Amino acid sequence: MSRQIIIPFGPQHPVLPEPIHLDLVLEDEIVVDVIPSIGYVHRGLEKLVERREYTEYVYVAERICGICSFVHGLAYCQGVEGMMKIEVPERALYLRTIWSEYSRLHSHLLTLGLFADVLGFENLFMNAWRLREHILDDMEATTGGRVIQGSCKVGGVRRDISSEKLDQMVSGLNELEKEMKELTEVFLRDSSIKSRLCGVGVLPKKEAYEYGAAGPTLRGSGWSIDARKLGYAAFSKLNFEPVVETQGDCYARCAVRAKEMFVSIDLIRQAVQKIPDGPVEVKVTGAPDGEYFTRVEQPRGELVHYLKGNGTKNLVRSRVRTPTFTNIPPLVAMLKGCELADVPVIVHSIDPCIGCAER
Amino acid sequence: MKYEEQPITVITIDELLARTTRFFQDGYRLVQIGCTKVDGKFEINYSFDKDYRFENLRVELQEGGTLPSISAVYFGAFIYENEIHDLYGISVMGMNIDFKGTLYRTTVQYPFSTDTKKEDDSCPGR
Repeated sequence: MSRQIIIPFGPQHPVLPEPIHLDLVLEDEIVVDVIPSIGYVHRGLEKLVERREYTEYVYVAERICGICSFVHGLAYCQGVEGMMKIEVPERALYLRTIWSEYSRLHSHLLTLGLFADVLGFENLFMNAWRLREHILDDMEATTGGRVIQGSCKVGGVRRDISSEKLDQMVSGLNELEKEMKELTEVFLRDSSIKSRLCGVGVLPKKEAYEYGAAGPTLRGSGWSIDARKLGYAAFSKLNFEPVVETQGDCYARCAVRAKEMFVSIDLIRQAVQKIPDGPVEVKVTGAPDGEYFTRVEQPRGELVHYLKGNGTKNLVRSRVRTPTFTNIPPLVAMLKGCELADVPVIVHSIDPCIGCAER
Repeated sequence: MKYEEQPITVITIDELLARTTRFFQDGYRLVQIGCTKVDGKFEINYSFDKDYRFENLRVELQEGGTLPSISAVYFGAFIYENEIHDLYGISVMGMNIDFKGTLYRTTVQYPFSTDTKKEDDSCPGR
């Protein structure tokens, strides 16, 4: 047996967009064990729920993550609405669906760009982020915010989108779709990308399920599990099938994200076609009493918000389980047995969002 | 609007391993483990899912109590159990990966172990 050495990886590392630390136990160039640790950006946001009125806490919930901010706001609002049995207007549900899918588009373009950067494919990185700008422009035009949208509220949404703007958005997506096809062709067919991703960081189907993987990490290992199938917001009225790949490697996870972008565009088209007229919010009175688990599909996977109220204006508990947090045990499993040079690629293949995971 | 059914079954700590093993054998995946401190005691929720059917087990733990780990059944449980230890100060026995308090490196030890703020200003008229 070779001598074992431990290499600290992160929290600051050129390929890491956010600070996670891994102690990599190596024998020669092979990783034989991994010890992750987090806590560098733990902010204790969940505890703030005790100090903020339940209608205001949505601003905190949105700041859990700077990438899927809207989805956190949506999950929180749904949780309160579930506790209080609030009937949200149909139009608001469709608008939430549209913004959720825009969040997925910009998140997937962001992570695919970063993935290209990790692989040393700078031109591809820049192209992915160039396309992402169009998505962010539409989010800014419709919500007022590029990063933190602030458009979701308990009882509905704060802003409506005019029919003209919705049509413009669809036209824009039709144009963007052509460029996205060119972009994803490179991710899915380029030989240099395939040689870095195929067969690397394999997470077998059984382990993916048992270790608690979520989102593209789970679907890349052959599981057709997607929280949007629960039918929250307007998803119950739209047709789609989750994108599934079966190889379980870094390529499969990359392919799931690349293909999911087209599903998102199709969902937005369907939502724009079906969105009814009407109000976008209802007046909320009283205070939440009881508890509720909300599950929504964030770009990285299933997000859970657990809320508990006691009939006062402050909730007693907000517990957020993010997909990155639950993808850490599968990441440990993927890294065991890999080569040191593949560690950055494998870590990035789960699209880690540590700010989100640590809250 | 569609709200998800979410049954919660309250069980004793002694039943925890047997009940989680049954969920595992029935093909449920572990969705999350979360802790809430209410009125001086801890509520720990274990959430499972199979084919979009959501089930929850809840155990209640007094301060100073010890929780058995379910990481021998669900490998990924260690991340939640270490979190519960680091944020609430609850001892979890038998974790497959025990960070010994270093998963979350917070300046305040067990920051979530304080009682939740008591509010008496209910706002029924809002």
